[in-house]
Amino acid sequence: MESTFLQWLAEPGLTHYLMVSAILFSLGLLAVISRKNVIMVLMGVELILNSANLNFIAFSRFTELALDGQMIALFVIIIAAAEAAVALAIVLNIYNRFKTINLNDISLMKG
Amino acid sequence: MELSAILFYVFTLLTLGSAAYMVFSKNIVNAAFALIFSLSGVAALYVLLYADFIAATQILVYVGGILILILFGIMLTTLDFTENLKTVTVNMLPASLLSGAVAVLLLYVFLSAEWTTIVPADRDGTMYDLGMMLMNEYLLPFQIAGVLLLVAIIGALLMSTRHKNEP
Repeated sequence: MESTFLQWLAEPGLTHYLMVSAILFSLGLLAVISRKNVIMVLMGVELILNSANLNFIAFSRFTELALDGQMIALFVIIIAAAEAAVALAIVLNIYNRFKTINLNDISLMKG
Repeated sequence: MELSAILFYVFTLLTLGSAAYMVFSKNIVNAAFALIFSLSGVAALYVLLYADFIAATQILVYVGGILILILFGIMLTTLDFTENLKTVTVNMLPASLLSGAVAVLLLYVFLSAEWTTIVPADRDGTMYDLGMMLMNEYLLPFQIAGVLLLVAIIGALLMSTRHKNEP
């Protein structure tokens, strides 16, 4: 029992990468939920996107998904770049209007 | 233990450690720099998964582009007092309970599922094959991604330009 677990540890396979991405996802979720600063929330979203990408590439290596997984990861990176540019422009506009980027203070629409 | 396994654990530790530092850090500039290390660790994990082109793209786009953008955002949205770099956490207990539950659920699913894996083959660089795929079956998404980037950049430029006659 002990030796099989050590052997499992010594050979990183699909499950290891999936576990890393699961922990990365939950850390990103924690940053998104618990922070009041908009930029910290954006950085949490980047962590979540990276964990999804890690999943895609791990599956493309260890299953028959082959290179299609890497292609999806490439498009995810492109979308993330576009998202970051637009989101930061919106954050700058919010700052110019409200003089704060604290999520709790931006309550003009009482959502 | 092989060298690749040792490297896997080193880079996993780098990625998760700096991600955790980013999440729990009070100073937003420290958090941004920790995110740089975390994304570089993810790029190293991509190299261990034989995805060399994606790793290079990750470093170029994330570390060279998005992180610089985020640092500019921090610079432009904080007044010049250092105490404004501190960020506040809210709902820490429910948030950590929820994300802990999500982590346990995901780990349980990933560990208990029977994945049909294949024995990974050693291969050369992926650049040639990715280029052929981009120019053949992925040509339409490639073009659409280009148009999307153009639209996003023009939109970001328009939104962040300050007009003179604005009240």
